[in-house]
Amino acid sequence: MKKILAIICLSIIITSCSEDKDIILNPVAITLNFSHSWNGTEITNDDFNQLKFTNENGQVLSIERLRYLISEVSLTHESGEETVLDDYNLVDLTNNEGMSFRSSEGVLPGEYSAVTFRFGFKRADNTDGAYADLNTANFNVPAPLGGGYHFMQFDGKYTNTTSEEAPFNYHVISAIDATNVNDAVDTSYTLNIGSVTIGSNTNINIQMDVSEWFKNPNTWDLNEYDVNLMGDYDVQLIMNQNGSSVFDLVSITQ
Amino acid sequence: MSCSNQETDIEEEYIPVPFSLKVPELFQQKLIDPLIPNNNPLTEEGVALGKKLFFDKKLSGNNTQACATCHKPQNSFTDDTRFSEGVEGVFGVRNSMPLINLAWNFSDKFAWDGKELGLERQALEPVTNPIEMHSNWSNVVSKLEQDPEYPILFSRAFGTTLIDSILVAKAIAQFERILISGNSKFDQYLLGNATLSLQELNGFAVFMDEEKGDCFHCHGSDNNPLWTDNEFHNNGLDASFNDLGLGTVTGDPNDNGKFRSPTLRNLTFTAPYMHDGRFATLEEVINHYSEGLQFSPTIDPLMKKVSQGGVQLSVEEKISLKAFLLTLTDFQFINNPDFRN
Repeated sequence: MKKILAIICLSIIITSCSEDKDIILNPVAITLNFSHSWNGTEITNDDFNQLKFTNENGQVLSIERLRYLISEVSLTHESGEETVLDDYNLVDLTNNEGMSFRSSEGVLPGEYSAVTFRFGFKRADNTDGAYADLNTANFNVPAPLGGGYHFMQFDGKYTNTTSEEAPFNYHVISAIDATNVNDAVDTSYTLNIGSVTIGSNTNINIQMDVSEWFKNPNTWDLNEYDVNLMGDYDVQLIMNQNGSSVFDLVSITQ
Repeated sequence: MSCSNQETDIEEEYIPVPFSLKVPELFQQKLIDPLIPNNNPLTEEGVALGKKLFFDKKLSGNNTQACATCHKPQNSFTDDTRFSEGVEGVFGVRNSMPLINLAWNFSDKFAWDGKELGLERQALEPVTNPIEMHSNWSNVVSKLEQDPEYPILFSRAFGTTLIDSILVAKAIAQFERILISGNSKFDQYLLGNATLSLQELNGFAVFMDEEKGDCFHCHGSDNNPLWTDNEFHNNGLDASFNDLGLGTVTGDPNDNGKFRSPTLRNLTFTAPYMHDGRFATLEEVINHYSEGLQFSPTIDPLMKKVSQGGVQLSVEEKISLKAFLLTLTDFQFINNPDFRN
């Protein structure tokens, strides 16, 4: 990933007026913790494999696999300077892995007017086969669909119109217009957590409301869109719209 | 002056040489480093000992079977029969799994059902299993201690002549970790050193097409040369289960009927297929995914066309897919003298 990090400095010295002592501020790592809910009720992988959720369209469904990609955590200091952390993280609720993500780079403690992160990879970072850990995790997208990586794999079953259990594969990727495979739309997006005070041990607790993927702003009909969605350009755009409301800041702890 | 004896003399000679693992170029490009446990680093002496043990029938109760009896090098370290026959003529209930690229199984769960956590632990199990080698460790250790070579080999590998089951398993695991297959025609194609036929390319396209084979979601891709995700799936073999697979291990009914995805490398040598070896040919395997899927509550949602029986490939697509799968054949692997007795 191209590093955009605007390093203010490894440490700065602020001179105290009253005591003429130097206060040294060292960069600190920040931690993003991810939890999940269905309409606000917290869920874990213990809730998987059960037809216990009802989406906005009234369809009963189960979750059997949920993993997604987060990248480009960015912090904008009150001074206006932006720090972009050169990190990404695969959150895998299925196996309870990647739920807590500690940045490998540090930022200076202080007041930040905006903290954002990206769902998926932006196009410039979504380089086919470039990330060994994601390759090993089998998170790739085939080249005819634009290559790069999945942004999310969300699989489960739902009760269809004939009251049978049917599978769904809500797989989010960079949208490709089949008529022009070189014209990929950047369906990754950034989410602004808001202003944050970064201290010595800052934990930013974020929650994905999984039900939002099915309702806002587009009510999702699984009978219409259940499988083979990766190559459906229009459906990927709908996913992108619905994804904009799935994450919320729960709390910040110091 | 110390009370010198042969045992301590041998132990003082413990200077193991680190083993240089030959990681294929594509693996270096595409995958994270293999998993080598800190408490069992690869050494020349450890690997050599592991190889000798792997092929040694002393590990079985009646000295008739070795690990290699059911994990034959010429079969990509699996058996060529549906079930393997134990030392007392009893057959198991699962097909022997091929031993390929095990150091890249990062879940560290081995066997079809993931019951063995870590290769070292896996290596312990068949020795005492009554329908496999049916021995016990005190007998095995006794036989190895009485052997003229093993005490010296253990000393060189581990710095002790005090043989036990843990060290035997460690040595075998070291040998198993060097069983790396990464030189197939398709590997060479990706490296720019080979060309594929149109049929093989069409087969790869079927493999990578979500609306055709959709094999890539579980079985790797040109970016994941393991050709497995090493995860557990119910791939729609049965509507009800005689073998619960992962469910037996976890006790979770949601895991019933799930088995670990095997690598697709070297399918030429690894028939029969599936955890119970029910399919004798690749054609049968492809037909299963095309029109033979059975619904059960735990079937993986990636078996998306289960209501139609499968992904409904045409005859031509099936032939092409098979042609592609055979490009994953690594002759160098099965003929590697380092892997042979």
